[in-house]
Amino acid sequence: MARRELHEINAAPMADIAFLLLIFFLVTTTMATDTGLMRKLPPMQDPDQEQSDDQQIHERNILVVKVNKDNMLLVEGEIIQIGELKDITKEFILNPNDAEDLPEKIEKNIPYFGFVRVAKQAVISLQNDYGTTYGVYIAVQNELLAARDEVRDELSMQTWGMPYDDLSEAQMAAVDEYYNAPISEAEPKKIGGE
Amino acid sequence: MSKFKRHTGKAGVGKINTASLPDIVFMLLFFFMTVTVMREVELKIQVRLPDATQGKKLEKKSLASFIYIGEPLPQLQATFGSEPKIQLNDAFKEVEDILDFIAQERETLDEADQAKMLVSLKIDKDTRMQIVTDVKLALRKANALKIMYANIPVEHLSSIN
Repeated sequence: MARRELHEINAAPMADIAFLLLIFFLVTTTMATDTGLMRKLPPMQDPDQEQSDDQQIHERNILVVKVNKDNMLLVEGEIIQIGELKDITKEFILNPNDAEDLPEKIEKNIPYFGFVRVAKQAVISLQNDYGTTYGVYIAVQNELLAARDEVRDELSMQTWGMPYDDLSEAQMAAVDEYYNAPISEAEPKKIGGE
Repeated sequence: MSKFKRHTGKAGVGKINTASLPDIVFMLLFFFMTVTVMREVELKIQVRLPDATQGKKLEKKSLASFIYIGEPLPQLQATFGSEPKIQLNDAFKEVEDILDFIAQERETLDEADQAKMLVSLKIDKDTRMQIVTDVKLALRKANALKIMYANIPVEHLSSIN
């Protein structure tokens, strides 16, 4: 008469192995998070209206960045390397010496800062050709965003001693108002596409 | 005490049978494996994302719709050519289809989330801007204004030109 009724392999470690696999899959699938440059497209507008808006902005308040089909960079009429773009953009946003050819500053009341002189009308205009390579376009966008982020971070560190990303929403809005240089994208030129 | 003894004595073993535990866990495992694979779109194009330093993490993947642009895979180039194409979900589409695609994607979201909808553009770095610009214009028409240029996060940008 057989005394042992249960005649099976101990399956307890099996559960451990399965759990290990489960955790492995959970971790690896969440690790692959997407990153990207966050941008906002302008809403559709009447073409006539857009033109009248453009005319109102004075020459000195626009930083014109053009990328042609050969991926060359033209900023304010000068051919530059992509490495120089960030510093030029930062100088444009900051205008530290109130230069004549950089954005005009107007006194404005901003929460947290009081009355400060800001370049309210500054705009960065990015124009690309149909033939521009996407990788270069992204590199240019990246540099423009880097300049903006650095300027904001510097101001935030000066004022509150912490980076921009840690600020409260109201503080962020104040910083955005202080350095408000939107990146505007013109309709690209068709010349030299393909 | 004696009551218990009588019962366990009959069963022969004094512990819970854990043999079904691995089955449950394996079931969970397979569930997660299939779900995560199902979410990914089967790519029919080659997408080598550009590098960038300023990329922000996509917080809520459920709010994002994906548009892929790039050359068809080598094995598909005989049928579809080597010109960059747009892929929405699982099929090659034209710029005109984006309007419908966005409307469809918007439908799948809750009403409260529809304003937060985001379109992630996964575009090959060697693509010419023409098709990208057309897509952006279509997105503006579809009123999907929050976009994200997907990229590979890097510490420093290697020089391009």
